[in-house]
Amino acid sequence: MTASKGIWKVITASSVGTLIEWYDFYIFGSLATVIASQFFPKTNPTAALLSTLATFAAGFIVRPFGALVFGRLGDIVGRKYTFLLTLIIMGGSTFAIGLVPGYESIGFAAPIIVLVLRLLQGLALGGEYGGAATYVAEHSPTHQRGYYTSWIQTTATLGLFFSLGVILLTRHVLDADATISIAKFNDWGWRIPFLVSILLVIISIYIRLKMKESPLFSKIKAEGRISVNPLKESFGHKTNLKMVLLALFGATMGQGVVWYTGQFYAQSFIENVCKVDFDQSRTIIIWAILFATPFFVVFGSWSDKVGRKWIILSGMALAILTYKFLFSSLLTTADTNGRTLLAEKTESKISTAAIEHSNDSIRTTLTKTFYADGLAVTENRKDTLYAFSEKLSIKPDIKVSKILGSGSYWKMVFLVFIMILYVTMVYGPIAAFLVELFPTKIRYTSMSLPYHIGNGVFGGLTPFIATLLTTIYTSDKLVGLNYPIWIAAVSLVIGALYLVNKIDLNVND
Amino acid sequence: MNTLKKWLGIVWIAIGPIAMFWLVKTALSEIEKKPHIDTRIQWGVFVLVFIPIAIGLIIFGYYAIKGEFDSLPENSDQI
Repeated sequence: MTASKGIWKVITASSVGTLIEWYDFYIFGSLATVIASQFFPKTNPTAALLSTLATFAAGFIVRPFGALVFGRLGDIVGRKYTFLLTLIIMGGSTFAIGLVPGYESIGFAAPIIVLVLRLLQGLALGGEYGGAATYVAEHSPTHQRGYYTSWIQTTATLGLFFSLGVILLTRHVLDADATISIAKFNDWGWRIPFLVSILLVIISIYIRLKMKESPLFSKIKAEGRISVNPLKESFGHKTNLKMVLLALFGATMGQGVVWYTGQFYAQSFIENVCKVDFDQSRTIIIWAILFATPFFVVFGSWSDKVGRKWIILSGMALAILTYKFLFSSLLTTADTNGRTLLAEKTESKISTAAIEHSNDSIRTTLTKTFYADGLAVTENRKDTLYAFSEKLSIKPDIKVSKILGSGSYWKMVFLVFIMILYVTMVYGPIAAFLVELFPTKIRYTSMSLPYHIGNGVFGGLTPFIATLLTTIYTSDKLVGLNYPIWIAAVSLVIGALYLVNKIDLNVND
Repeated sequence: MNTLKKWLGIVWIAIGPIAMFWLVKTALSEIEKKPHIDTRIQWGVFVLVFIPIAIGLIIFGYYAIKGEFDSLPENSDQI
């Protein structure tokens, strides 16, 4: 086998497994509403509590904890068996979520089982990335480490791509009638994306089993230089701890917020603030990911020539300078102001339904308006009609959904593409950057923690904190962007001043 | 450049406690506004994960003042 074939086998084995892990992790997040209705009914406070725990604990506490647990294991036992174990845990948990009976069938056991499985998912994800990145980097030729590890960097975005794609596809293939198909999906079809993952996991386990241990790890093991206590060596010794802190504050913290703003907050913003339809808000992200993904490899490869630091920091700087403009453009693209209304096409239907055990009723007004550029707006307004006072409810429930015309649709794809381009700049070279920062014997542990705090905590909280800011300062729809902008700005200053741009050619130490 | 790195260490040390104070203050105020269990968990998790990070930033600032980042290690023997 030639060296070139060997490295591609390593990349395939690592990337496929990592991609599946990201897919598994994201389908839970993407299906949060459906899962909540099946396992965590809001009417029951304890179930709702478990739901909140599943959302927050898995992403923000368990992921960094998984980085410590599996990082330590990877530095003692080896990379191969550790990231094989994380794959088995992730695949098994995902498959099991697809099998758990709903709250109506087994009561409280259902949300508790789902919570435990979700925590296992978070734990496994925390251990996976560091192993895969380290494994590929330790096989890579010295001058192409950025290029080869950038393939691992595509997996997180592609995992999101496949999770959105599989969910959209499953929602629409369960019945010829779209409404019935969505109803079936919400009832039982949501289990399919979880169950199909097991086939991919089995294939990936088979491929990984056939791989050999990392040559650098095997070498230090043969020489008896393995770390006895990687946690103590990583975080207990000042010289390494300062590098962990530098990696976190000068790189992964800013990288994490740019990653989550470009892909998750952008989608949430398009759906909830711009009020773009469910399917369109997802296909916009899917197209943008598809066009931008090759740039992970472009920037990873370029970092082998010019260094990692300035590519990563330029991505952060561009995000800081242009986020407000880009998100404001998303708002304008979906805005009805200044468009030509086709008044003759406007449809309006009013229906009234009595409220059970009451003399009051609900009046539903469904209005569809069309614009010359193809924009269609559906407004569903629900008013409570009181039997005696005949007054309207103080705050009617109004839901707006917009279907964009093709010009506006592709403009949004372009705007999100730009944001994901920033993601490729900050994320493409970062695996090589982290690997080069730490020595072989404690590399898995040392690089996993800053990566998962940067991405899991700073990045993962972006949609929550940004949305929270918009609920506190309601007059400014772009106020949520202050969180990623300020975090990225601090990271940019620290990175620019304290990091060096030198590529460490020797990771064999 | 090394002097600037050291001086900025004071800023990183200062940001740590300011961030902790702001976080706890906002958490208490939000929990008071919506005293539901999920609000408590949400803000509890925020405080739990961000306080160690803020302490990390203080340590980072301390190392910066001490000149630990004037030159970074180039191989494992220096770690």
